Order: sequence, then C-alpha cells, then structure tokens
Amino acid sequence: MPPVVVARDLVKKFEDLTAVDHISFDIEQGEIFGFLGPNGAGKSTVIRMIQCVSPVTSGRLEVLGMDVRERPREIKARLGVAPQDNNLDPDFNVIQNLTSYARYFGMPKDRAVRRANELLEFMQLEEKRTVMIEKLSGGMKRRLIVARALINDPDIIILDEPTTGLDPQARHLIWERVRQLKREGRTIILTTHYMDEAEQLCDRLVIMEQGKFLMEGTPRQMIADVVGDCVMEVIDADDEAERYLRTQGQQVERSADRLYVYSGECRTINQEFRRLYPEVYSVIRTATLEDVFLRLTGRRLRER
Amino acid sequence: MNLGRGAVAVWRRNADVFFKTWKTNFLPSIFEPLLYLVAMGLGFGGLVVGLTYAGQPIDYIRFLAPGLISISAMYGGFFECSYGSFVRMHYQKTFDAIVATPVSLEDVIVGEIMWGASKSLINSTIVLAVIALMGWLLFPAIQFTSLTLLLVPPITFLAGLLFSALAMIFTALVPNIDSFNYPFFLLITPMFLFGGTFFPISQLGAAEPFAYILPLTHTSLLIRDMSLGMSSPLDLLALVYVLVMTAATSYLAVRLMKKRLTR
Ligand SMILES: Nc1ncnc2c1ncn2[C@@H]1O[C@H](COP(=O)(O)OP(=O)(O)O)[C@@H](O)[C@H]1O
Ligand SMILES: [Mg+2]
Repeated sequence: MPPVVVARDLVKKFEDLTAVDHISFDIEQGEIFGFLGPNGAGKSTVIRMIQCVSPVTSGRLEVLGMDVRERPREIKARLGVAPQDNNLDPDFNVIQNLTSYARYFGMPKDRAVRRANELLEFMQLEEKRTVMIEKLSGGMKRRLIVARALINDPDIIILDEPTTGLDPQARHLIWERVRQLKREGRTIILTTHYMDEAEQLCDRLVIMEQGKFLMEGTPRQMIADVVGDCVMEVIDADDEAERYLRTQGQQVERSADRLYVYSGECRTINQEFRRLYPEVYSVIRTATLEDVFLRLTGRRLRER
Repeated sequence: MNLGRGAVAVWRRNADVFFKTWKTNFLPSIFEPLLYLVAMGLGFGGLVVGLTYAGQPIDYIRFLAPGLISISAMYGGFFECSYGSFVRMHYQKTFDAIVATPVSLEDVIVGEIMWGASKSLINSTIVLAVIALMGWLLFPAIQFTSLTLLLVPPITFLAGLLFSALAMIFTALVPNIDSFNYPFFLLITPMFLFGGTFFPISQLGAAEPFAYILPLTHTSLLIRDMSLGMSSPLDLLALVYVLVMTAATSYLAVRLMKKRLTR
C-alpha cells in the first residue's frame, strides 16, 4: 500500500523564521507515527500543513495521494484532527459540539446523533452529554476533542499533543483509545513532547528540533542505535568523580545535577565506580528516548 | 472563489445558537422600536409641522417608522459581524475549528455574512410587526397597506448583507475588540443620524449629496418607499448601489479575512 502521507523537502517559513526546514518523511497506512520534540520544534506547523490549513512554503506534501494545495476539501473530509489548543464551541453543550461539527462534514442529522452517542460512550463522556463546555475539566475537554476528531469516521487521525497537561488517569484513557483506534486499522499521527508517550505509543517516530529531524525510526531501534540498552545515572557527582567517569572514554552527558554515562559496558563501569566512589549515588537503568534526545542534543527535552 | 455548501452549515451553527436563547434575543428588539415610536413619533413628532416627503405632506411618525426598520436592519448585521464574528473568530476559535473540516475559510466568512443578514431580517421584521401592531392599535398614520410592503423584508436582508460584509471588513482589520468603537463612532452613528432616518436628507441643504455616500441612505430610501407604496427613479439607483456595494464589500471582506487568518 502506498504511504498515506508523503513529504519531500517540506518547508514552512513565517517571515524570516523557518519553522519547518526541508524535511522528508513517509507515513504508512495503519501505523502510529509520532513527531517528538520540544516546544517550538515545528510539530504543530507540520500538522497544520498536513491538515491543509497552513499553506506550504515549498516542497511536496501529499495526503492520501492528493496534493494539499490542490484538493484540501477532499483531504479534510478524510482527516480527523484534535488540535493542540482547545477550540470546542462554548455556545454548545457536549453532544451539540459533536452534532454541529458533523454538519460541517455534510453528515445527515440522524447519523450524526448516532455517531455522537457512540463516541461519547467511547470516550467515557455519556454522563456529560448535555453539559456546557465551560463546565468540563481539562481532561474531559481533551476527550471531547478526540471524540470530535472521530465524528467523520476518518482514515487518518491527527492528535496534536493529546495529553499535555492531563493527569495520569486521563492520559492512560487516551493512550488506550489511541491503541484501540490503531487496531481498527486507522493511521494515527501524533505529536508530543513526552518521551514516555512517544515510546509507549509510536510505531515509528521522528525527533524534531528547530524545524529539522534529528533522527527517525522505531523507538527501540533509536535507543539501541544511539544509547545501547542501558544507562548509568549518577546523582550529585563531585568534580573528581565526574573527571573519573569522563576518563572511562565513554559518552558522558550532564543535565543539572545528574550525569549520564552511555556505554555498552555501563554495568562494568558502574561496578568499578561503586568501588572507587561508594559515597556517590549511582544506578543502572534501561535506556529511554529521553537518553536519545540528550545524546543527540546534549540537553534534555524537558526539565523534570 | 472556494465556496460551497459549507457556508450553509456555518449559517446553521449561528442560527442554532441564536434560537437556543431566542427569548433573551427577541425582547430588546421588540421594546426598542416601541420606545422610539412613542418618544420620537408621538412626543417629538407632535412638534413637527409641514413635513413633506417626495413633494407630499406626511405625518412625522409615518416618515419615521420605515426609518426605524432601516436602522434595525443596519444594526442587526453590523453588530453580528463585528462583535459577534470577532468573538467567534478570536476568543472562541470557532473559525479555526470549522476550517479543519471540508468547510473553507471562504465558506465561513460567507456563512457569517449570511447569518448577519438574517439577523437584520429578523430584527427589522420584528420592528415591522411592532409598527403594524401600533398602527392598528394607536397610530392610524402608520398603517401601511401598500402591497410593496411585502418587498421590505427581502430588502432588509439585502441591506443586511451589505452591513454585515462592511462589518466583516473591520473584523478582519481591528487589532482588538475595543477598536470597534471607531467604525461605530465614525460610520454607524453618522448613518443612524443622517441616513434618511429621523428627517429627510433634503434638510441637509448643501450637504445633501454627501448623504448619498452612506449605505443607509440608500437602504432607508428603498425601505421607506416600499413601506409607503411610493416609487421614484432614485429607488432603482439605490438598488444598484446596494447590490454593487454588497458585492464589493463581501469580496474585500473575504480577501482581508484570508489575509488575517491564513498563517
Ligand atoms: N503563526 C505563526 N507566526 C509566526 N511564527 C509562528 C507561527 N506559528 C508558529 N510559529 C513559530 O514556528 C515555530 C514552530 O512552532 P510550532 O510548530 O507551534 O512548534 P511546536 O508545535 O513544536 O511547539 C516556533 O518558533 C513558533 O514561534
Ligand atoms: Mg505545538
């Protein structure tokens, strides 16, 4: 099957700022594809070009085999988008938000009501059916935004930071639903600045910064390629301990009070280190995408 | 232009919201014309003697009543597509949500302007009903019996398109919601006063030609003549003016809105 999104040398400029800088990627049918990166990396800008609301500055961008510049209406009819910023309609209650949105897709009233009720159940919002938007918690609004993105039974679902600011429970419900949607065979495009979210959900992802891709691949393969399978984490190392670690000839990164030692040999290094500096706390843990980002940029994605 | 059925869905959205709260929406539009009729028509009109319109003597209240219909047509659309549209666009992000569907930005703007015109039609039809009731109960001078009265609602809709599109131009330009004070102060209030509403523009003397620049002068002329069952060659000219201005302002409104919202 051909990719559902094809981008080649895609560029987006805002006056003199290049928000998206010559990127190329393919998104395959049925996968969860992630854009991971810090605030301002250009994730939303890419999303907005894919959903045909932001004009492409240059390069090629095709969605479902159609050029975004030529057939925006047809493309938009088959996308479901949960934007980063809440734009639910405050003049309507929960169910009306879905049914009025269905009308923009030209859906007949009875089908819209049926679909809206299904989706409220799917996102566990049945009890809020007639509640006005301002009365909803942040998590409920987010769930309703996702429900709204599904109203037209889309082939591609775009979720721009679907769990930012949510409590763990609300996050897990959304993650669960995203997996369920994938099982239904839909393609999901996701942006996030949460490493764990990207690692948990994405089949493939790109790490993005300042409009460019730093890396792409599956989470596991990225971790294996860049970090290896384990990391040694050292807290509050004094200068001498740090100097020692750096002489071990391995990649060492510092972030605030922590040192990260990346090496295939990190277990052996740790044993030796424990013997030499028993007073400094150190631990071995499995590598994550956070480590990938740190190794690639020398910085953490987000301070904890 | 990239225009389709989506405009109707946008219109329906606004209509749904309006009719959800129709009670609070209708009451002011019933009482305001009533107050004007009594205060200006009865109170002030009693002082007016020897008024003529199109060469014929006319009771002041009979002159005034169609003016009130025209004013409500102007305010209905202009309010809706200035403050109303700005709130939807800027604060509620309703336009952003809609353009993520197959509805285009052009559809949104045209739908908003059609809804603004519908507000003009609704408001001025209420005013017309109040006038009819008052004519029947209290003021025989405002019993309008000419069949051309039936043309008044469509004309208020047409006038509504013009004032809504005009408002939409400002909505595309203002930096914030307070800035609407300027078009209201510089454009709407002068029209309210000098657009052939409370007195015939012939009273303006040497300044009379300037009144013809104002859109309200033309729409109030049409509405008055159709209400009273009169006609003059100026009516046709007024109709052409309204049609041309509506097309021009709508085009400009869409252009400027696209410029503002496309990022
Ligand atoms: N409408 C806009 N006008 C000017 N600059 C913008 C606009 N939207 C985004 N940017 C800039 O483009 C860059 C990427 O933004 P964005 O795509 O929102 O990043 P992300 O979603 O990864 O946080 C940022 O530097 C941002 O300030
Ligand atoms: Mg973003």
